[in-house]
Amino acid sequence: MNDTNKKVQILDFEKPIYKMQDKIEELKKTSLDANINYDSEIEKLEEQTKVYKKELYEKLEPYQKLQIARHPQRPNFMDYVHFMCEDFIELHGDRHGYDDKAIAGGIAKIDGKAVMLIGTMKGKSTKENLECNFGMPQPQGYRKALRLFEHANRFDLPIITLVDTMGAYPGMKAEEMGQGEAIATNLKEMAKLDVPIIAVITGEGCSGGALGLAVANKVMILEHAYYTVISPEGCASILWKDASMAKIATDSLKITGEDLLKYGIIDEIVKEPIGGAHYNAEEMARNLKTALINSLKEYENLTKEELKAQRYSKFRHMGVFVQ
Amino acid sequence: MTLTDWFNKRKIQQIAARDNDVHIDDSIGKLWTLCYNCSSQLPKKDLENNLMVCPNCDYHFRIGAKDRIKLIADENSFEEMFANIKPCDPLEFVDTQSYKARQESAKAKSGLDEAVVTGTCLIDGQKTAIAVMDFEYMGGSMGSVVGEKITRILEYALEHRLPSVVFTSSGGARMQESALSLMQMAKTSCAVAKLNEAKLLYITVLCEPTFGGVTASFGTIGDIIIAEKGARIGFAGRRVIEQTIRQKLPADFQTAEYLLKYGQIDFIVERKDMKEKLSKLIALHTKK
Repeated sequence: MNDTNKKVQILDFEKPIYKMQDKIEELKKTSLDANINYDSEIEKLEEQTKVYKKELYEKLEPYQKLQIARHPQRPNFMDYVHFMCEDFIELHGDRHGYDDKAIAGGIAKIDGKAVMLIGTMKGKSTKENLECNFGMPQPQGYRKALRLFEHANRFDLPIITLVDTMGAYPGMKAEEMGQGEAIATNLKEMAKLDVPIIAVITGEGCSGGALGLAVANKVMILEHAYYTVISPEGCASILWKDASMAKIATDSLKITGEDLLKYGIIDEIVKEPIGGAHYNAEEMARNLKTALINSLKEYENLTKEELKAQRYSKFRHMGVFVQ
Repeated sequence: MTLTDWFNKRKIQQIAARDNDVHIDDSIGKLWTLCYNCSSQLPKKDLENNLMVCPNCDYHFRIGAKDRIKLIADENSFEEMFANIKPCDPLEFVDTQSYKARQESAKAKSGLDEAVVTGTCLIDGQKTAIAVMDFEYMGGSMGSVVGEKITRILEYALEHRLPSVVFTSSGGARMQESALSLMQMAKTSCAVAKLNEAKLLYITVLCEPTFGGVTASFGTIGDIIIAEKGARIGFAGRRVIEQTIRQKLPADFQTAEYLLKYGQIDFIVERKDMKEKLSKLIALHTKK
């Protein structure tokens, strides 16, 4: 959340803006101290800053977007719950001995309607992050999500998933518990559900770990979020044998909303506040809520069979090849 | 010739010799193979006669799709399907090499157009839809074509009510197609969902190696999951896990035997018994 007393962490490419703003502040101070009227200059500078800012954020490079998507203060699942839902009852556990905090979920009320809201959970502090494993789910997280999907299916609740993860956790225990199987089963079982599913990539959408919550009727992505098969760093270290080539890998992987829209992988981009979601979590949540309400309306009148068929055909047509 | 010239010339010759190494190796490699596991020198003929399994230590060498089909299908019963589906380069991906160039060299290396061969065959007279992955083609990675061919063969099985068997051997999703590759995981898994709903038998055989996007999609959602002896199977790579948890992993970590211990697969099969096991399983699931 972005309280006024909590300073936003500035990214490298944003520094010029802050330099300009500092200059303006300085000028204001001098004008007060020396009692000289600099108003016209200040106004000019403020206008310039505004234009510069607008242009900068409109033409972000993929690597800059990546940094915004990974911003430590980016709104997380609970922020969206706080700002979007009129009510939320969290549900815990996979009923097989675990409750993975990296995936949270529960029944929420959005615009007066009950929905199943599930998402990956990232922390804002080290303590929180250790608790939810930096948003990297274990197999039991996917199994918890599956249990909630099935619950939603039984009680006819539309499903909304919010995805922001570096990927499923690569750990020893995770492998022993069947990380691959847990994700695969979700992909397969999501195909069988007969309620509408809307997935939103809210930050990082990395690999199978993200897809495990995103076999949906409609997939949306926030303006600066990204969705990819492998993290740019991972890709660089495998293909270039050099993790420092991540910037080039980011460009090559075509991970931004516009690119993904072009290849039919996502259906809609949701606008972020200027500078990114972390500058105004409330505004972000408001934009997302509107998009979600509109999206749910699209599926209101579809039958169970139609919903399943639409979801199947959406993924069935993905891929580019010659024949 | 000065001394420096002589050294320079020698250096160039050395580099040239190194580049020709592959060629020199080839002539030896045609006759002998070194077992990765027990390091014994094996005459290639003996190894081939033993289904590419080391006679000393039972190490199962990786085999190509065509060879595997020969081991599984009744003679001359395999009919290839969807061979017309070929890869392109939608993202115009270039790393140290272009994706196009990688496709060319993979084709030359494997003799295949893509990393999976699909079709129907008879297994002891029982018609079965099969998909066999081949690691030689770009590490068996799954891009649009692999996803499409597997989906189509599963849809064919659905339409004709056939049992299906998929042999996996893959490093995971293909990075050069980025999110398009990722979506193949969803696509193939959705096809398996349809087989489930139609109550049609879907068997997966995890072969050396099966990782990443294949493990996390059609590979591990078989009604029956079999692993070939000694195969390494996992979601994340061993190195990635070691770097993440900062501890050494057990030597047998992510082997078929390890996964069996943790309840992740149904059983392990040696290559020589594969056809018999599959045939029995299919027969047991067929209502007469």
